[in-house]
Amino acid sequence: MKLHEYQSKQIFSKFGIPIPKGRVAATASEARQIAEELGGRVVIKSQVLVGGRGKAGGVKLAKDPQEAEQLATQILGMEIKGLPVRKVLVDEAAAIDQEIYFAITNDRAAKKPVIMASAAGGVDIEEVAATHPEKIIKVHIDPLLGLRDYQARDIAASMDLPREYWKDFGTIANGLWKAYSSTDATLAEINPLVITKDKRLVALDGKMMIDDNALFRHSDLSEMRDIDEEAPAETEARKYGLSFIKLDGNIGCMVNGAGLAMTSMDIVKLFGGEPANFLDIGGGAGSEKVAAAMRIILSDPNVKAVLFNIFGGITRCDEVAKGILAAMAEVKPKVPMVVRLVGTNAEEGRQLLADAKMITAETLADAAKKAVAAAKGA
Amino acid sequence: MSILVDKNTRLLVQGITGSEGLFHTTQMVNYGTNVVAGVTPGKGGEWVLDKVPVFDSVKLAVEATGANASIIFVPARFAPDAMFEAADAGIPLVICITEGVAVQDMMRVRNYLDQKNVRLIGPNCPGLLTPGEAKVGIIPGNIAIPGNVGVVSRSGTLTYEVLYALKQVGMGSSTCVGIGGDPVNGTNFIDVLDMFEHDPKTEKVVMIGEIGGTDEEKAAEFISSKMTKPVVSFIAGQTAPPGKRMGHAGAIIEGGAGTAADKVRALESAGVRVAKHPEEIPSLLK
Repeated sequence: MKLHEYQSKQIFSKFGIPIPKGRVAATASEARQIAEELGGRVVIKSQVLVGGRGKAGGVKLAKDPQEAEQLATQILGMEIKGLPVRKVLVDEAAAIDQEIYFAITNDRAAKKPVIMASAAGGVDIEEVAATHPEKIIKVHIDPLLGLRDYQARDIAASMDLPREYWKDFGTIANGLWKAYSSTDATLAEINPLVITKDKRLVALDGKMMIDDNALFRHSDLSEMRDIDEEAPAETEARKYGLSFIKLDGNIGCMVNGAGLAMTSMDIVKLFGGEPANFLDIGGGAGSEKVAAAMRIILSDPNVKAVLFNIFGGITRCDEVAKGILAAMAEVKPKVPMVVRLVGTNAEEGRQLLADAKMITAETLADAAKKAVAAAKGA
Repeated sequence: MSILVDKNTRLLVQGITGSEGLFHTTQMVNYGTNVVAGVTPGKGGEWVLDKVPVFDSVKLAVEATGANASIIFVPARFAPDAMFEAADAGIPLVICITEGVAVQDMMRVRNYLDQKNVRLIGPNCPGLLTPGEAKVGIIPGNIAIPGNVGVVSRSGTLTYEVLYALKQVGMGSSTCVGIGGDPVNGTNFIDVLDMFEHDPKTEKVVMIGEIGGTDEEKAAEFISSKMTKPVVSFIAGQTAPPGKRMGHAGAIIEGGAGTAADKVRALESAGVRVAKHPEEIPSLLK
């Protein structure tokens, strides 16, 4: 789960990381009011869950409250990479001397958290990573011990950060480690961490991603999820414990198991079709879950055929068949459906579906070919 | 011969009285797996299937039965504790089936288990199957027959497809190892490829990968420098969009890395034959 900048910075602040004064606004007049309270110049920053906001014109500097209102009106009407801007963050503007990149993330290869820091911070950190990887300092943290103070000092020294900032940098490093570890983050990033002209270290921007699998112990963070930022079908799918991702093709796919679901998409493509979605009903799905999955697939008007590929292990094929029948009675689909059932109770499942006028297939390749043909004929 | 588990494995089931644990214990016992004990805290003294004693802790179970492998079916929020408990009780092989373990928990578990020299399989995996000898996990026993093909995979049902496709043409497997779909897990491709290379029963290997991470690329290097046995592969996720987690926590293309195309290229340049779809695998093994 991604958090917005303003949410990430609130968390940073809770752990002692200095952030600019500011608040989030949903209307231009609110933005003006915040600018009046702050006094002086402010930055108006669109709050959408994609990168590249600045380059897209979603971050602007305003010299007074009137301009803040104008710019907020402009930004609140924008779409950035397809996402409408619904909120802006109004922050006091900082006079910047230097920009630093500072983040903690999971290094899956090393099986450890890793700190990444660079004195060449700012918007083009990906560019730095590609062209000058040596300018990015990486330090692994032992997950059983946590960040040690000497590691923070070593990073400050490696970045040639002047000694007068080491103590404050240490506080920020510790704060970021605590923010990362106590929220089960997969990413806690400050870009940029700036040295201001009046010689303070401030986190101007913040980005956090939280491990969905850990949300059971963070009810406060779960409430921060912005469902406006995801496809409604994905929100609906999560409610039923289904893993669903919408794609641009026209062949709906319902599969048990993530690897097999990906493979089913791939094989549709291999035989000349385009998958409309990724959908994993998970292990041991009952008929109710299957029916929900089918409603979600058929709610996409692009779908011209549906492919069911079920390899019964823990999942019973007869349960899946019952779910398909229940959903068909309710939704009355008009598109052709191709079904392949193998494994646990496959025969019972096939019998249940015998009267349902579905196209049946024996092998995965056969099922995909039939689905592609059905979608073209529809 | 086989790898990791066989008929001498003395298996302990953590979470044996839960619905998943009980269902799969029944399946494993029916297959012939030597299940010697179960653990559910608070239910010590009970029996499962009239033959498997239940204990309150892993330590007590090991002392009483000499269990030398443990399989974990407890819910995700308790699974890390179960893995620590198995390691502290001296179990050398731990298989965690549970899906949805938090990744920071897994980093702590993995680093701790490494210090104790415990081999962990999973989490978020279907476990192990040595056909005809031991089923330690949830892979349906009837879809595979004994043979000389070693199978290693990050996926569950996709592995079943492959085992089933092999069986259709009369090919069997030495051992099938599901290493799981999480970004931080216990055992990786190289660990298992190395075991297959040294296992006299295994003559050919099937490696099933998917998008995310760089384990397949590292495996490709290992195959070209260390392996003499032929390897056939399949990589899932050719059509997966970047930045989206495809069901498995570890199946995500991030910052341009972890694409199926990169993995296929690395494997092919290591001399691995990569199937276009899973049902093509048996013909590539011939």
